[in-house]
Amino acid sequence: MATMRDARGMEAALREAAAPDTRSGRRTAGEPLKPWAVALSALVPGVGSLAVRRFGVGAWILGAWAIALATLAISRDDVSRALADGGTGDWIALVTLLATVVGVWVWGILDIAVVSTRPVKRTGLSQWRIAARRFRKNRLAMTGLAIMVVLYWVTLLAPFLAPFDPNFQGNIVLNRYQPPSMEHLLGTDKFGRDIFSRILYGARISLSIGFISIAISVTVGTLMGAAAGYFRGWVDTAIARLIDMLLAIPTLVLLLVIIAMFEPSIFLLVAALGLTSWYGSARIVRGQFLSLREQEFVQAAKALGYSDWRIILRHILPNTLAPIIVIATLGIGNVILLEAALSFLGLGVQPPTASWGSMVNDGRDAMITAWWISTYPGLAIVLTVVAFNLLGDGLRDALDPRLRT
Amino acid sequence: MTRTVIQQKSHEQRTRGVALLTVRDLKKHFPIRRGFWSRTVGHVKAVDGVSFDILPGEVLGLVGESGCGKTTTGRCILRLIEPTAGEVVFEGQDVVGLDRGDMRGLRRKMQIIFQDPYSSLNPRITVGAMLAEALRIHKIAEGEAAQARIRHLLEVVGLFPEHANRYPHEFSGGQRQRIGIARALSVDPKFIVCDEPVSALDVSVQAQVINLLQDLQKEFDLTFLFIAHDLAVVEHISDRVAVMYLGKLMELADSEELYRNPLHPYTRALLAAIPVPEPNARRERIELEGDVPSPANPPSGCPFHPRCPIATAECAEVVPEFRDVGGGHYVACIKV
Repeated sequence: MATMRDARGMEAALREAAAPDTRSGRRTAGEPLKPWAVALSALVPGVGSLAVRRFGVGAWILGAWAIALATLAISRDDVSRALADGGTGDWIALVTLLATVVGVWVWGILDIAVVSTRPVKRTGLSQWRIAARRFRKNRLAMTGLAIMVVLYWVTLLAPFLAPFDPNFQGNIVLNRYQPPSMEHLLGTDKFGRDIFSRILYGARISLSIGFISIAISVTVGTLMGAAAGYFRGWVDTAIARLIDMLLAIPTLVLLLVIIAMFEPSIFLLVAALGLTSWYGSARIVRGQFLSLREQEFVQAAKALGYSDWRIILRHILPNTLAPIIVIATLGIGNVILLEAALSFLGLGVQPPTASWGSMVNDGRDAMITAWWISTYPGLAIVLTVVAFNLLGDGLRDALDPRLRT
Repeated sequence: MTRTVIQQKSHEQRTRGVALLTVRDLKKHFPIRRGFWSRTVGHVKAVDGVSFDILPGEVLGLVGESGCGKTTTGRCILRLIEPTAGEVVFEGQDVVGLDRGDMRGLRRKMQIIFQDPYSSLNPRITVGAMLAEALRIHKIAEGEAAQARIRHLLEVVGLFPEHANRYPHEFSGGQRQRIGIARALSVDPKFIVCDEPVSALDVSVQAQVINLLQDLQKEFDLTFLFIAHDLAVVEHISDRVAVMYLGKLMELADSEELYRNPLHPYTRALLAAIPVPEPNARRERIELEGDVPSPANPPSGCPFHPRCPIATAECAEVVPEFRDVGGGHYVACIKV
């Protein structure tokens, strides 16, 4: 009996060794093209994949298709309105909706017609591929990624998904402090504005500020860190001292001072957040450059007479990209929190523009009687920050397994 | 006596003007910086006045304990580290004085093979892309010609052409070292600094890599500076061997001569330390006392005198001259 099981285990192990690419969900890679499955997927994306036993991918595609169709149904009226006389936001939403529907459909076709028939590759796996494979196995990180994608998608579609204009007050006497109901899903605030719609529009502010500030911060940080770490000498000393000096000032205080000096606006906020959060990435990139420039493959590049630019861009920077990506992802959550804190203090996005931080502040004086005003935007902040942290942790684990604790 | 003098002259004549690489009084002092203002409080004399010649097609072994400056010497010759003082002449061209542009042209002719096969390859680039980059930058080959050359290079170092599509992490230490050798060979160099190329490998793989290097050296008519901390490894491959201690050369002689007739007490101690695979063999044991002194604060006179079994009071005062005692056998010891 035992030998039987051993033999079967051995056989399975041998099969595994012979075809290393047969991973879950990719069981049929390298299969011949099945026209009937393609036709099924053309009709309803994902069904074709399910039919050839590609269950994981098939379920994802089918789910995405369902969401796309539901969105289309919800935003029927808005689409016709947008086509008649739409602003920029409406057009962006329209394009996003169209792209979603077409994208999911094409994904369904591609998966069955191209991916499943692709032969198993014989070349080596790059470190990026290995990291991607490791990332896909991490459920929490994939959840974070899914939440992030949905959040950005919602941001773009806000005009179609929101039942009300975020600043629409209606009859203020009757409408204010309404608890959650079918009409106002998450209730209304003290001006009678719909909280759900304001959260959707607030996501625009929070996420775009997070993304752009981090883009600025990581770019500045990488340039500074790379210059300090590669050229060393006085460049390094100057940058390191500057960072030490800035680190000694609490970020929030520095932000308050910057914002107090100028007229508050979104652009100022983005610039201020970006320019006060680059030291972390600069320090890490500098450390990476300092250690990598002594590595023998960099010495070999010098011995081959490559230029400094080539060595920095092609040989050192790609090897520091993993920590940079992780810092950026974790940093977005951080910046969203900071923006919420500033808006809560009334220094961020100015009313009546919806922002999660200022919405939490709006509900402060009615916390007991109308808890929904502060709670739901607060939950939105928590969900977003947790999603980015999960994603960042997952990326770190996938990109550098040595860092795992 | 006269015979020795004649031999000495002939050796001088043999090397002068013919040498592929001439190193004269090479020095590299690393400043030690301390405190807030990074004041220089002293120097680590990693290489302190090293001179030797390497003839075309020759393998010069450079041996010494860790920290004696062998690696720094090799890197100063290639200007991976800028030497503090001294002269490096390659094919009649002064390497130290060259500007960046001229240096780039010269880099094609002088290459290096590194010690650690795990850090010597960029983990993000396939082997093929790495070799193609070198070929493209030096305008040796592009496109299909480059691919053909890469296939050939991989075969020359004992790998398979299809390995070009793989990433470094998919290879073993010995294979990685072969890839490092292929990279050095890709630009058709005349001279290669082998910086402890086998120290990080298993003994069985060491032999393979040394044999490969020896074959390549003959096939492509290469000249090697072969750095190692192990006299046994160097004996196998070198035509001449130099022994280094604390930034200075102690002895330099033909390989056979050095092993048969070591003159410097340090060389003798090193040779006595080579294990012999014969349990009952009776042999002279010379055990060195103490550790290598710090190169930041080297001993006066002969750097070896605190550990030398035959040192006298004079040794602490006189810096021994590195002189030819006949037949191109150089030694730095006043007792010889």
